[in-house]
This record gives sequence, structure tokens and C-alpha cells, in this order.
Amino acid sequence: MAAAVFPVPPPHPAPLLVSGLVKHFGSVKAVDNISLELHSGECLGLLGPNGAGKSTLIRAIVGRVAPDAGAISIFGAPAGSPAACAAIGWIPQELALYPRLTAAENLRAFGRYSGLTGKPLSDAVAWCLNWSALEDRAGALVRTLSGGMKRRLNMAAGLIHQPRLVLMDEPTVGVDPQSRNRIFEMIEALRDRGMTIIYTTHYMEEAERLADRIAIVDHGRIIALDTHQALIQNCFTASAQVIARFRDSSPALSVWASTHGGSLKDSTAEFAIDHPTDLARLLDSAAAAGLDLEDLALRRPNLESVFLHLTGRELRD
Amino acid sequence: MPQFLNIARIALIGLRRDRFALALSFLLPIIFFAVFAMIYSGHGSTTPKISIIVVDQDHSQASAQLLHSLQNEDSLKVATGPEPTKENPTPPDYTAASAEAAVKAGDVPVALIIPSGYGLHPISFGPAQPATQIELLNDSSDIIAPQMVNGLLQKAAMTSMPTTMAQQGMDLTGRNIGGFTPEQQKRVDAQMAAMRKYMADPANANRPSSSGGGGMIQVHSRAVVGENKPNPMIAFYAAAFGVMFLLWTASGAAGSLLDEAESGTLDRVLASRVSMGTLLAGKMTFAILLAFTQLTAMFVFGWLVYRVDLPHHIPGFVVMGLSTAFAVAAFGMLLASICRSRAQLGALSTIVIMSMSAIGGSMFPRYFMPKAMQTAGLFTINGWAIDGFTKVFWRDMPVSALWPQVTVLVSTGVVLFLIARQIARRWDYA
Repeated sequence: MAAAVFPVPPPHPAPLLVSGLVKHFGSVKAVDNISLELHSGECLGLLGPNGAGKSTLIRAIVGRVAPDAGAISIFGAPAGSPAACAAIGWIPQELALYPRLTAAENLRAFGRYSGLTGKPLSDAVAWCLNWSALEDRAGALVRTLSGGMKRRLNMAAGLIHQPRLVLMDEPTVGVDPQSRNRIFEMIEALRDRGMTIIYTTHYMEEAERLADRIAIVDHGRIIALDTHQALIQNCFTASAQVIARFRDSSPALSVWASTHGGSLKDSTAEFAIDHPTDLARLLDSAAAAGLDLEDLALRRPNLESVFLHLTGRELRD
Repeated sequence: MPQFLNIARIALIGLRRDRFALALSFLLPIIFFAVFAMIYSGHGSTTPKISIIVVDQDHSQASAQLLHSLQNEDSLKVATGPEPTKENPTPPDYTAASAEAAVKAGDVPVALIIPSGYGLHPISFGPAQPATQIELLNDSSDIIAPQMVNGLLQKAAMTSMPTTMAQQGMDLTGRNIGGFTPEQQKRVDAQMAAMRKYMADPANANRPSSSGGGGMIQVHSRAVVGENKPNPMIAFYAAAFGVMFLLWTASGAAGSLLDEAESGTLDRVLASRVSMGTLLAGKMTFAILLAFTQLTAMFVFGWLVYRVDLPHHIPGFVVMGLSTAFAVAAFGMLLASICRSRAQLGALSTIVIMSMSAIGGSMFPRYFMPKAMQTAGLFTINGWAIDGFTKVFWRDMPVSALWPQVTVLVSTGVVLFLIARQIARRWDYA
């Protein structure tokens, strides 16, 4: 008797799989061979200087940019396909709303664009209004809403069809701390529901608070991708940074800084130390060298340190 | 630098860097000047000719002279029969009925019927001596053509029928003075013979006369189109202005596409399950409904206030209204897809709509324009739409007679929409 053959279930497709993505705009290479995989329920923070290629990457994922090379798969469906569009919720940085419609009318409009009708649409609108704390402003015209309310509605419009992968492009731009905190709570609520999220931001503390992993993009490439603790550890072996500013820049200062393994820029020296006692040793030797210390700071490296370390301090735009 | 100069400088820099707006600020007045100059000046030619039909039922020497005189008028284009075609190379001359039908159809604004017996009493020197009346059939939407033709008829009496005029003058004098003496009658006959001999010479036949006068040819005018219309030109202007404003409406409605592209809403919509074709079709549907509603409001107002006979022309109005709305909506979509901003759309729509309206007859009836401009009007939505509405409200034609206008407007709409869809591909993907 022949053994029964059971079909092997296909592996659960990743929420997002980007491989070898390349995109040029004229002579500018906006995305340079980016590969990326998101895990189900994960929140990925996407950081990078202006013009690094983040928005192009996001727009390629939502199907609004046709890549020159590479492939993008959303839960196994190619980017831009109806299945991918249904799975993705895109929250653009712009307030992409109809200003002459009310909050509820906007949600209904975007819900219909996504194919919702009848009770599922009404339920989705109700959920979004509740999620964005806009129930009491459902009938208000968008142009009469505050900046924070518009931001929240902008987010809700991206979630009206209950997507499984949400792409947020700087959703907290231009809002006050209260609104920002509310938006964080909204995103955390999504994470608790198991939604997979890509969160683009320039605010490091937002990425530290919300993201499971952080990708730093520069010059169209992902130059670092890990948890934020791992990023710090990989960039800074020491546990703290000492920043010492002196009154004058002198040859003695240069010799002292290099002797203790520090870097010097103008009259400011930076050192990495592992133990607080190392600080006392540095200060003693500075005094012995006759250096006139003006200011001293002890910093633990954070995501911003990593970001500046990897992308540099030069202005990009 | 004083602040007001600084403000002016900033405005100048802004204009200089918007090359499209800069170009239009100089081109717009020049283009309008050129368009209106062509319409009103006849593009270098003389006053446009008036086409008329002449039906000679008399076939007398006097009627032949009159016809000949009219045919020699530079300002008239006289036809006695239809143009030959391949199917009918020798068409019969117009009859009174076919001439009236031609006026009703708008082929010519005036037809003259010279009745039998005209040659017996071709001219009149006053009420005491009535002449046979020529019938002038006219389309009352054209108030200039019948007056001009009437004037030219009187001119013909003075210039081309001197012998007739002299003979009748002598007869009238003889009757009023109780008859000539034999000697006087002999001299009158000699003078008339000399005059006939002089006029028989072809070199003298069309020599203009210096004598004046008027009203010697008796004309009975009859409006065969619009004679019972309470406000003859209102229906024309409702259509003419209506189409022009429809073009603005459609352009404005389509402009929302640019607003949405700028705000990012367009991107968001296209990232959902909506395709660019669906989006454009939706915008166009809105523009069609808006344009048709606007047109309806205008004609309802015309009906209520100016007694435009809308209730008896509803099928024709609906057919022409929807065809026109479709064409103008597609036109709006094309303009919006070409432009990159609302400012560009405003400038481009001004230039295109004003030009189309001027050439197409929305500002000035096309039949007053030079022939070349009348032909140019056929390349505008306004021209075809106005022709169609005129057929409905002026000539009381059935819906089936609208097929040329409907075909052109709908085909234009389809072509413009397809071009707009092609151009809108720039929003599809980056």
C-alpha cells in the first residue's frame, strides 16, 4: 500500500521581503541594492538623513515607485498587486485627506477605495474613530481640526481597511507633545494587535521607544540593521563617552588626547571609557599637563550617537 | 532698498522663475489680440458674403435682370440650385418649398422668391402704384442678412433695371397728367428706345447708377425660422454662453486632480485598489454631472424668465446637453493632466477656452465671421455644441437631426479622455 502523500504547507510568507532593490532618478541612485526582511508582528524603525532613500524605499513597497531592479514581496504578493495593496496600510507624511469632507466622510471615502462597503465599512470607520480618539469630531470638517487631530485622522485613514503591514512615514511631524504621546499609544495598540509596522522618523527617541529593530539608511543603502542596544554595542565598545572642552587648542592638548586614545576637534576632546574610574585618571593627567579645562560631560551612547557616528555630522540638505 | 521695492523684486523673481506663467503673461494678450483681430477684421478679406437662394418663378426679362444684378453683387453668394454632387450631378433648381426648407435647416439665412407676374409690375413708385411683391424668407436669428438683402434689391432696381424704371415712370406720369400728346409720346418712345439700346450693350448693362432712392421693389419678408419665438436670440445665447461656462466648470472640476496630487491624496488613492483610469473616469463623471446640471439650470432660468421653450425640447436638450457635457468634461481632464499646477491650469484654460469661445461662436455668432473663421469654428467644442442647440431650440429639428453634432462631440470627448489618460501616466508611478 502506497504511503499517503500529504501536501507540504507552504512556509508562511514574510510580511515584507525586499531583495536587491535599486532605483535611480536620473543620475541619482536613490536606492542602492537594499535587501530587507520583516518578521510578523515586528516594528522596524527606519532612520536616515534627509535624501537617504527612506521615502523612495517606502513608496516602492506601496507600489508607487517602479524599481529599476530587485523585487518586493508583501505576504508573498508582489508590490503593487491587488493583494499587496490590500495588505498594506500606508500613512504618508503629507496630510493626504479631503479638507472639505468630515473626518468620518474621509474614512468612508478611503474605506471604499479599499473595497469596503456596508457594515464592514461602518465598523471600520467606528474602529478608526475610536482608535484615533476622534469619535467626538467625526462630523467635523477636516480643515477645522487641529494639527494633532489631522495627524491622527491621517493615520486612521491608512488603517481603515485593517491592513497587516503598516508603513508610517514620520507620523508625528509638527504635533505637540500631547498629540505625539497619543500617537505613540495608538501605535503601541497596533503592535499589541500583532500588526507589522515600518516606522520612519527623524526622532531617535521615537525609534527607541517603538521599534524592535532599527534600520539606518544612508546614500540609498541600509548601513546598519539591528536592535537599538545591539547597534549601540556594535558602534561603541565603551559604555560611556567623555567630552572635555578646553579654553585653548594647544599642541599639549593634542598630545594629551592622543595619549589617552581620544579624538580632538578644535578644543574639544572625546574619549570612550568603560569605568567611571577612568574619568578620574583622565582629569588627573589633564591637570598634570597644564590643560585649562572649561567644560566636562559624561554621556552614555544612545541611538543618536550611533546615527551621527554612522552618518556623520555634515549637513545633507 | 525700500521695502516696497524689495516686495516688487521678490514678485519679479517669482514670475521669472515660473517660466510658463512668464511666457503666458506675454503670449496671452497677443494671442487674444490675434484671435479677435481675425474675427472682426476678416483676416484681411472684405465683409463676409451672405449666402442667399433665389427662386425665379417669373422667368421674365425683369426677373432675369434682377437675378443677374444680385449675382454680380460682391457681398452676396447667390444660388439658384443646390451644389451638384456625385449622386446628383444636375440637381433641379430650388423651388419655393425647397428654398424655405433650406432656410429652416440653416443652410442660408435668406431666400428670395420672385413670383410669377413680377415682370409686369417689377417696381413701385409709391402706394398708389403697387408692384408685385418679392417674398423674402429669412431666419430671424440673423437680423443683419435680410436687411442687407433688401437694401441690395433696391440697389438692383436703381442700377440694373433703368429701362423698366423709366418705362413705369413714364406710364405713371402719363396717367397722372391725363396722357401725353402724340408728339410727347413720340419723344418718350424715342428716348426709351435709345435707353434700351444703350442697356442692351453688355458694356453698359451693369454700370452703376448714380441715382438714389429706395423701396421701389416691393418685398414681403417672412421669418420662416423663429417667427413665433418670444425672444429670438435668448436660446442662442443660452447655448453660446452656456458652453463657454461649461468649459470653465469642467476645467475647474478637473483641477481637483492637481490639488490632490499636490496634497498627496492622489498618491494615497492610487496606492489603494483604485487605478489611474478609474480615478480619471470618476473625476470625469463628476465633471459631466456638474456641467449638465449647470446647463440645465441655465436653460430652466431661460425658460422661466425669457420664455425659452424648454418643455417642448427636452429630448433634444438632454441629448445635446449630455453630449456637450461629455466633451467639455474630457477637455477639462486633458487640461488638468497637461498642467503641473493650478496656476498653470488657470493660465492655460484661460487661453484655450477664450480662444475656443471666440472662434466657436460663444461670443459672436459664427455666421457673421469670415469664411475661414467659420471653418476654424468647426475645430471647437463650442461650434458644434452651439450648432446642435440651435437645431433644437431655433430650428425645432428632431433629435435624429442632431447626429452630426452628437457624433463629433462624443468622439471628441473619447479622444480627449484617452489623450488625458495617456498624459496622466506620469502620476501612475515614479
